[in-house]
Amino acid sequence: MIKIEKRNDVPMALYFFTPFIAIILTILGGGIIFYILGFNPIEALKFYFITPISNLYGLSELLLKATPLCLIAIGLSFCFKSNNWNIGAEGQLTFGAIVGGGVALLFYNQEGFYILPLVILAGAIGGMIFALIPAVLKTYFNTNEILVSLMLVYVSKLLLDYLVVGPWSNPEGFNFPETRQFSDSSRMPLLFEGLRIHAGIFLALAAVMLSWFILYKTYLGFQIKVSGLSLKTAKYAGFKGKTMILVVFMISGACAGLAGVGEITGPIGQLHRMISPDYGFTAIIVAFLGRLNPFGIIFASMVVALTYLGAETAQIFLQIPKYTGQVFQGMILFFLLASDYLLFFKIKILSLKKNELRH
Amino acid sequence: MSLDISFIGILIGSIMASSVPLILAASGELITERSGVLNLGVEGMMIIGAISGFALMVITDNLFIAIVGSMLSGVIISLIFGFLTQSLLTNHVATGLALTIFGIGLSAMLGKNFVGIPGKEFPILFSSLRESIPFFGPILFGHSIVLYFAFALPFLTNYFLKKTKLGLVVRAVGDSPVSASNQGINVILVRYCCILYGGAMCGLAGAYLSLIYTPQWIENMTAGRGWIALALVVFATWSPIKVLIGALIFGGITILQLHMQAIGFRIPVQFLSALPYLMTIIVLVVISRDSRKIKLNTPTSLGRIFYKEK
Repeated sequence: MIKIEKRNDVPMALYFFTPFIAIILTILGGGIIFYILGFNPIEALKFYFITPISNLYGLSELLLKATPLCLIAIGLSFCFKSNNWNIGAEGQLTFGAIVGGGVALLFYNQEGFYILPLVILAGAIGGMIFALIPAVLKTYFNTNEILVSLMLVYVSKLLLDYLVVGPWSNPEGFNFPETRQFSDSSRMPLLFEGLRIHAGIFLALAAVMLSWFILYKTYLGFQIKVSGLSLKTAKYAGFKGKTMILVVFMISGACAGLAGVGEITGPIGQLHRMISPDYGFTAIIVAFLGRLNPFGIIFASMVVALTYLGAETAQIFLQIPKYTGQVFQGMILFFLLASDYLLFFKIKILSLKKNELRH
Repeated sequence: MSLDISFIGILIGSIMASSVPLILAASGELITERSGVLNLGVEGMMIIGAISGFALMVITDNLFIAIVGSMLSGVIISLIFGFLTQSLLTNHVATGLALTIFGIGLSAMLGKNFVGIPGKEFPILFSSLRESIPFFGPILFGHSIVLYFAFALPFLTNYFLKKTKLGLVVRAVGDSPVSASNQGINVILVRYCCILYGGAMCGLAGAYLSLIYTPQWIENMTAGRGWIALALVVFATWSPIKVLIGALIFGGITILQLHMQAIGFRIPVQFLSALPYLMTIIVLVVISRDSRKIKLNTPTSLGRIFYKEK
């Protein structure tokens, strides 16, 4: 006998525990998919989740990929907490990279300590401006932010494409769709010789700290949380809804812009078509898996970064197509959402013996 | 002059062809949304339909099986969404996003061995009439059966919603699930059916792309059409006939953009390619400005979770 009861309140421990259930179920599900594809599931999972991080280089790659995911997800958590569905972070990342990259290209033959901060600032402002489009349209024209922010992803990618093949393409680049290399002063300093991990990780950590402070210690954070829980209450309390929508989108866009600029000034070093393997979309999963909590997001960004790395490793060693990464990412979110059922409902398994005793 | 007129006929014919996936996907999603469910997984369901249709065509060499199979695969993948949102009461927006990410990944994985295989010619109807009648020939004749179905679908959908009892049930469930439930309607069951129907139509829309429109498998070949279809439903303020009009406008922009590129219009290709997306935003702004008008037609319970205490 199984009995399902609605819970009166959500136990907090379970709230942070269910993401782990989701991860375990995803690994099991992945094993089944590998088995269906004709691979030894244990071996495939080992190549997927253990091999990539079994050496120092792998750990550095993990943090390298977790950095943009963490940054974007931190920004998105402001939007999602207040019920604003910004799903166009990929576009904000791209536009941030375009603006930041543009500044870096201005200084392509110059050196100076002031260049990198300028490039980073430009990237954040770029992302912020791009995120303001869906926010302004939502607040003043009542337009659905999901669709607008998403359409802008395509627009920004086409703009980047136009720039790298057209006006910004490298004059000495044999018509390859890419810009000049940035000067060393526009590049993020590397943390260790021989590893790709760069100073951008400090931006992500700063964003985590700052977001924790804003969300839990300021009036703005309080407003965001209340609006997320109940719009009616927020209105009754007299919060300025429109300003808040603009602010959360600006924070979110700035973070995505920073992530974009971190990629082009970090591992890439120039602008070309493929500056992000859909970090902006994957970060949505990171935000949810981290329960929209700044520290949860750090953890989640590493788990999801591992799916990127694992997909690459599995492709090299087992010729498993690398798209399994996205399949894993989709599965994590499916299982996470499904396990939320446990938060709102109590499942009681009544043994037959008890029933018999009652009779 | 006669040359111009026949050219315009061909142009209109190609606009119709390019609007088919949008009509199919948006009509399916419209029914889903009318029942109060917001499924953002349209893009994911379309791409799954595209690869399953193409793969089945290559494996069985039978186009009928391919078309039916693509619809079934749409049903199966939408069942995941249905189970999560209806039985496990998950958030519609997040679940739909997961479906799209999952679908794109899964389709690329399944399609790995089908890249570069040439497609098969899909039979077209009344091809002799297409050549013999100027102007109207290329508009009315020489299309695939899926196109004729797609153009009938908005009218059928309209009839279903307005004139049939089942249509009334769907609207009641979308507008007031609590009263519908009190009337003895199984809200969850109705919503499940609408979700699966939406999945079937999105699967067919995907198969149209990979079997008829550009007969081959290319990764990510839906290229955002699923999202445009979602925007179309809002554009149409949930009315099936307006979906048809909207889809033709978007098909028109896509074709016009291709022609402008072909005749060497002095605007960079990328700006023309961005037109459908920019147009979507502009149209959404114009439509949504009047919040009362939007609210009048929006299914009242759209995207809200329905839970009945047992």
